[in-house]
Amino acid sequence: MSDRMDEVARQSGEWLRGGGPMHDIVISTRIRLARNVSGYAFLTRADEAARTEIANAILGAIRKAGPLGSLVDIDVEQLDELDRSLLVERHLISKQHAEGHGARRVAFDSDEVTSLMINEEDHLRIQVMRCGLQLEAAWEQINAIDDAIGQRIDYAFHPRFGFLTACPTNVGTGIRVSVMLHLPALRLTRELEKVGAAARELKLAIRGLYGEGTEALGDFFQVSNQITLGRSELEILDDFKDDIIPKIAAYEQLARRRLVEDRAFALDDKIYRAMGLLRSARLMSSNEAMQCLSHVRMGLHVGRLKDIDLQTVNELFLQTQPAHLQKLQGERLNGEQRSIARASLIRARLSRN
Amino acid sequence: MGPCERCKKAQATFHLTNIDTTGSPSERHLCDQCAIQEGYVQQQTPAFASEVLETFISGAKGKAAEIANLVCEECGMTYAEFRNRGQLGCPNDYEVFKDALVPLLERAHDPQRTHHVGKTCGAPETQRQSHDELRRVKRQLADAIAAEDYERAARLRDRIQELERE
Repeated sequence: MSDRMDEVARQSGEWLRGGGPMHDIVISTRIRLARNVSGYAFLTRADEAARTEIANAILGAIRKAGPLGSLVDIDVEQLDELDRSLLVERHLISKQHAEGHGARRVAFDSDEVTSLMINEEDHLRIQVMRCGLQLEAAWEQINAIDDAIGQRIDYAFHPRFGFLTACPTNVGTGIRVSVMLHLPALRLTRELEKVGAAARELKLAIRGLYGEGTEALGDFFQVSNQITLGRSELEILDDFKDDIIPKIAAYEQLARRRLVEDRAFALDDKIYRAMGLLRSARLMSSNEAMQCLSHVRMGLHVGRLKDIDLQTVNELFLQTQPAHLQKLQGERLNGEQRSIARASLIRARLSRN
Repeated sequence: MGPCERCKKAQATFHLTNIDTTGSPSERHLCDQCAIQEGYVQQQTPAFASEVLETFISGAKGKAAEIANLVCEECGMTYAEFRNRGQLGCPNDYEVFKDALVPLLERAHDPQRTHHVGKTCGAPETQRQSHDELRRVKRQLADAIAAEDYERAARLRDRIQELERE
């Protein structure tokens, strides 16, 4: 088990490799579907025996469902805290799944595109995560996985309310689309409110925009739908594809262009200071690393920095997170030790040769 | 506190300062009855109003208690417990709590649309899918026209014709 997790720590998922449509602004596209097995209570009312039965039924279906048979299945209950955090940092499981109780599992593929959480809030949460803006590709893929499992398991379904979920906020399609955006220029020009206004209009949620303590996390924002009932999956996807994402991307592009044209010295100062810190610091917190890497990433995309590899920068966002850092070091570290290890890892990865 | 300027008998309880179009203020001091007769305030019927209110509250209380005590025979979850936890106990709860759930769903989702649209359980049905697409494109067309995006509207109109031919 632990070998497997060490391997996870060293690899990086497809979505992190820094490619995909509109990858200068869109980091990743994630779709989740919430499903429950018919004939069982939701997890609020399921005892340990029922949870195990549900997990076995779903795992059985996955193993028989052609290509899903190759997914690696991990017993989350058996993992130690560090390995659970690693999976959270990796977006393979939710925080809730990591911190939950009782029989629960996760199955994912080696590219980390597909991940199935079993016994999270619902019996099954299917997730597909792709790099850049790939709404259609992600939908086709998750739809096929859902069909393959749905042919082998009866889902709880109601003609009026659709796919039934433990929480009524997910009922209907059970779909949650989340697009992760990198908006450093809008942040620097203090125009994030534009993003908030565009999202509110479509009843979409934005995380990391106003929430306490989330401000400094590297200028990353996640836009996701809140409505799951009364609109088809494709209608929900269209809001992202035709409306909100192109709009936000255009705002960010404009802000980047204005910075380059009108405030080049200020922009370069931000970028090169960040670079200087990353290449010189001896102690670096996770938040500082995120912020500096964010400015460097923007510097690469607006062409102000050239001799740095984008994929290295993308990987560092992940590898400097606490659990990844400790897995890579092969030992448990306290806060200060992590700051030392983080600074040293970054210096090594961004050295000039 | 002077007497009413209209009937000159009762105590004036209604005081109003009017500002006319030239900006100069004028004051009125009236008793309750005269204020009603001059049309400044609406006639109150306290007995009737409180009666309505009381009926409303007790009725709602009875209804609220009734809803809170609804219980699912399959999982034993009561509506009150669901409201505390935010999560339901089993699929059957959607049927048992249906009347109380619909207003919640209206608030959490689209108030106009609480009927499921989209994928159904089991194998995909192409017919149903194109029906869904038709509804979706028609709605988008209305939106495009409202937004005066005629280029997009034209594309959507073509798609509708295509779908209707199928």
